[in-house]
Amino acid sequence: MAHSGPMTDWRKARLPVIAFLAPATIIYTLFMIYPLVDSIRLSFYATPSGGEAAFVGLDNYRTVLADPDWAATFWNSFWNNMKFFAVHMLIQNPIGIALAGILSLPRLRFRNSYRTMMIMPTMLSVVIVGFIWQLILSPVWGVGADLLDIIGLKSLFGPWLGKEGSALITLSFISVWQWVGIPLMLIYAALLAIPDDLVDAAVVDGATHFEVFWHIKLPLVFPTVAMVSILTFVGNFNAFDLIYAVKGALAGPNFATDIMGTLFYRTFFGYQLQLGNPHLGATVASLMFLIILAGVLFYLFAVQRRLSRYQL
Amino acid sequence: MSFKNIRREDASRAVIVHGILLTYTLVALYPIFLVVINAFKTRKAIFRDPMGFPNAETFSLEGFTKVLAKSNFEVFFYNSFTVTVITIAIVLLLAAMAAWALSEYKFPGNTVLALYLAIGIMVPIRLGSVSILNLIVDLGLINTLTALVLVYVAQGLPLAIFILTEFMHQIPKDLKEAARCDGVGEFKIFFAVILPLIRPAVATVAVFTMIPIWNDLWFPLILAPGDGKQTITLGVQQFIGQYVTDWNAVLASLSLAIIPILILYLIFSRQLIRGLTSGAVK
Repeated sequence: MAHSGPMTDWRKARLPVIAFLAPATIIYTLFMIYPLVDSIRLSFYATPSGGEAAFVGLDNYRTVLADPDWAATFWNSFWNNMKFFAVHMLIQNPIGIALAGILSLPRLRFRNSYRTMMIMPTMLSVVIVGFIWQLILSPVWGVGADLLDIIGLKSLFGPWLGKEGSALITLSFISVWQWVGIPLMLIYAALLAIPDDLVDAAVVDGATHFEVFWHIKLPLVFPTVAMVSILTFVGNFNAFDLIYAVKGALAGPNFATDIMGTLFYRTFFGYQLQLGNPHLGATVASLMFLIILAGVLFYLFAVQRRLSRYQL
Repeated sequence: MSFKNIRREDASRAVIVHGILLTYTLVALYPIFLVVINAFKTRKAIFRDPMGFPNAETFSLEGFTKVLAKSNFEVFFYNSFTVTVITIAIVLLLAAMAAWALSEYKFPGNTVLALYLAIGIMVPIRLGSVSILNLIVDLGLINTLTALVLVYVAQGLPLAIFILTEFMHQIPKDLKEAARCDGVGEFKIFFAVILPLIRPAVATVAVFTMIPIWNDLWFPLILAPGDGKQTITLGVQQFIGQYVTDWNAVLASLSLAIIPILILYLIFSRQLIRGLTSGAVK
């Protein structure tokens, strides 16, 4: 949007400007920026038993990334997290885009009611969503099998959340079910903002709604699709609540559902017999930070820059 | 093509479109619905007929009585409510002040400060948890709701400032200039002229600030897990961990967590969507 920058010279109002900016900047710096920077600092230190914290350079990183025990756990959680992200990109975002496209069809009745209801799961706590699905998929209750029976697929039902091979995919689908509302809302809003005259010409030429959506509207909302993708990436590599609620900090069975967030929690606070270690925890957090930073920079420099060239 | 054909085509297309939308709506709502109806049934009925409505024979509130007797649900609600409301109030005020200064005054470093304050939109505050815990311990605030409020204010500010800055650019210049010509001070312009004007954006910011806070598990787990300080999300998580085999109690506790959010959502959904579609968020 083209708006003029700030207009009033602050020299006429130094005190008010400082007073307006100071509280937000101070709280934000103290409780957000300082902890992020300090966590990175802590990742270069270690506390030998009974001693003072000492600078150890990259030792913690060497431990997490190269020590046989640690590296296996770390890369397992990293690749699990990549799979978790891939399911969101391949299932959640296309469904969200398709539903937003359908909802933005001209002269659609009950548009608002559909939208309100479809976004509802997104408003619930991840913990609550995890428990809801844990109950529904529980072989003890059997309601999941009953539901599959309605569409004739009862034979497919199994204890998906309990099996090593299917637990992570099942949890990814649960998360997709909850978060479809985000691409749905954001892309729907972007579709509504497309000026009518851009679409009218094509309609007059006899293009179908699908052609108009695919060839005209979708390319126009591509910046929003890219933004949704980076939000998905950041959200997925920061996820924790769902796995913790359904599978606990050990992310079972046999770490099959372990992602970066649960690994961070276990490293920081410990579990069972292993003691928590703040320095190694800070190391895992810093690695998560690097991964997220890489994603955000990729978005800013590669995607965003290329997009802005084509923007209207 | 005759008109009749067009109409028939329209009708069949409408069936497909509404078929898809209804199917997805069912997928989105049925799991929630299933949990809520079963919370009102006897244990036997939960297993014998999970998909049936509670009726005179199967209706039971035993789950709810158990939850209310065995846990401090009122306290969890009170904690979540206090933390959320205080955080929203602080975020709105501080973010509006900062957004106003950024959008109105020309000063050195304006753009840099705006970018600095925007970092938090993309970088999750959780990654700083190790230091946040140290900081909260040093401040003597461990196991207090104040700790949660401070962290959530820091978490909520970046997006709130961003949305409100965009919004304040749209305030007509004449309004401010008129006030300035009358010799009104800068503080008064903000509190008497600008603050009332941003009301439409306030609902959007409030919802975006509220949902992640109300639903958060991470910080309550780390900073305030102690008895009497749990938020609703943590409280439910701990309660279900304890009573995992008591289906009535589990279903009832989930329903108690779901229902208030659903009611709030139905009240505010219109404003949320309006805020989104009016371009408050891009």
